[in-house]
Amino acid sequence: MKTKKTKSLKQTEFKYVALFTFPALFLLSYFMFQAMVLAFGFSLLNFNMLKPKDAFFVGLENYRRLFTDPTFYRALRNSIYFTFVVIIYQIPLAFGLALLVRKKLRGVGIFRTAYFTPLVTSITVVSILWTFIYNPNPTQGLLNAMIVKFGMKPSMFLHDPKSAMNAIILMSGWHSAGRQMMILLAGLQAIPEDLYEAAAIDGANAFGKFIHVTLPGIKNVMIFVVQITMISAMKVFTQPYVMTQGGPKESTKTLTYFIYQQGFQFRNVGYASSISVLFFIIVVTISLLMKSLIKE
Amino acid sequence: MRQRKRALILIYAVNIVVSLLYISPLLWMISSSFKPESRIFSDMTKGLIAFIPTDFTLDNYKEVFLRSNLLLYTKNSLFYVSVLVALSLLVNSMCGYALAKFNFRGKNLIFNVVIALLVLPLESIILSLYWVVIRLGWNDTFTALIVPFVAKCFNIYLFRQFFLDIPDDLIEAASIDGAGTVYIFFKLVVPISGPVFCTVLILDYIGYWSDFMWPLLVTLSENKRSIQLGLQAFFTDPPIYYGPIMAALVLSVVPMMILFFVFQKYYVQGIAVTGIKG
Repeated sequence: MKTKKTKSLKQTEFKYVALFTFPALFLLSYFMFQAMVLAFGFSLLNFNMLKPKDAFFVGLENYRRLFTDPTFYRALRNSIYFTFVVIIYQIPLAFGLALLVRKKLRGVGIFRTAYFTPLVTSITVVSILWTFIYNPNPTQGLLNAMIVKFGMKPSMFLHDPKSAMNAIILMSGWHSAGRQMMILLAGLQAIPEDLYEAAAIDGANAFGKFIHVTLPGIKNVMIFVVQITMISAMKVFTQPYVMTQGGPKESTKTLTYFIYQQGFQFRNVGYASSISVLFFIIVVTISLLMKSLIKE
Repeated sequence: MRQRKRALILIYAVNIVVSLLYISPLLWMISSSFKPESRIFSDMTKGLIAFIPTDFTLDNYKEVFLRSNLLLYTKNSLFYVSVLVALSLLVNSMCGYALAKFNFRGKNLIFNVVIALLVLPLESIILSLYWVVIRLGWNDTFTALIVPFVAKCFNIYLFRQFFLDIPDDLIEAASIDGAGTVYIFFKLVVPISGPVFCTVLILDYIGYWSDFMWPLLVTLSENKRSIQLGLQAFFTDPPIYYGPIMAALVLSVVPMMILFFVFQKYYVQGIAVTGIKG
């Protein structure tokens, strides 16, 4: 349906093709494409941003250094941990919310909007807000005040390397579960009603319908949701920047934070570019892997 | 029937509890912004009172305007995001239209390049993009915030998908009546494509408004500072009091909330569409 060919094969005049496509293509190639090529090129140089004239070719030296750098492995591990936990926590949360607001009932829009609101406030806003919520002092941190009220021991949250990343994950999942909820909701509503009726005739109860109709019907949308969640989780930067500056003890230093630090704080363009290239390869691999899953 | 009713009540009850719990951090933010500092802390241990404005005051808001240039940062962000989104709508819709309705050699190649670039994560090229922008002499300018992001593959893709559904007969009929290609696009196609323009507008507006990393890299001075960086600066600038910071957070959210409620339908559709079309 979507790929319907234009009937007449008369060629469009070149001046119109140029007028309509040139601005976008020029900007894309000048900025995105050039930057992509440069990232690969820079990763083969010893290149300090403050002394661009002194740059020289070092081949794969940056990559060799990268694979022997314990900070790189820590950042990689942190990013993978963040991504993995976000997926097993945020997607079930989003799916649960989608099931809650799935029925077209009066007033259900209010609940949808409520689950959606954190997304419209920016990630910077919620990072600052949750830094207060996570304050380790039970007289200053909302969450610890509640914990103490229930007779439990307060947590150090962002100030303890053991809990800092989990605290960031808890907040991040809360912030953006609304997005996955909306996509899953659209997926749920696309499942034909007669499949449920047929299952009912076969004697399936609510649980049976969920297992045999809902889950298979949502499978491809679910894989897509996993894909976009993985990719956006790999990019996490603002939360560690605002809440922990990558600490304590590098426990929240992610790959993008590492790129920022090497490239912009230490001005090691060459080294930071090699991290960027590796980051690019990881994200593209995830995309392609998940895409191939959807086709099956 | 009775069982159905019971199920309905259950759905509402669960939704009410879960949604209140879900927005409770935001309720705390709003209520705290209207409380004196001491009250924020003393209410914290009293359960639900923490989420309700007690001892109502506007002092925190006055403090924000005294101590921070939040209004300037808001103006900066509104300005650069508006220009960026307007240019993005123009440039990407034209390109999407060409890819949907024009016949020319290389069309499929261009479309495939656009699709391929979709997976490119900005974070992986942000350092070299910074280099490109600095070399152009755009350090600490609005130009640096706007121009590199005007062309966007995802928007081109969305526009193309939408324009594909416009019947060719409509365009041909106008063409036979003597309307030129440019006229047809702006006077015929654009007016009937409101939904896709609204979707791109709201997704991008909220997206760029929330952006943190790029403005952090390319802007330095007060009068170029974006709202998000302004909040971060206010948050880290002692003395750190909860109340004024909460007030600043609330103020920064207001413009996007208004925009969200106006365009809610398109925002929700846009996010759902990204999911379904993949």
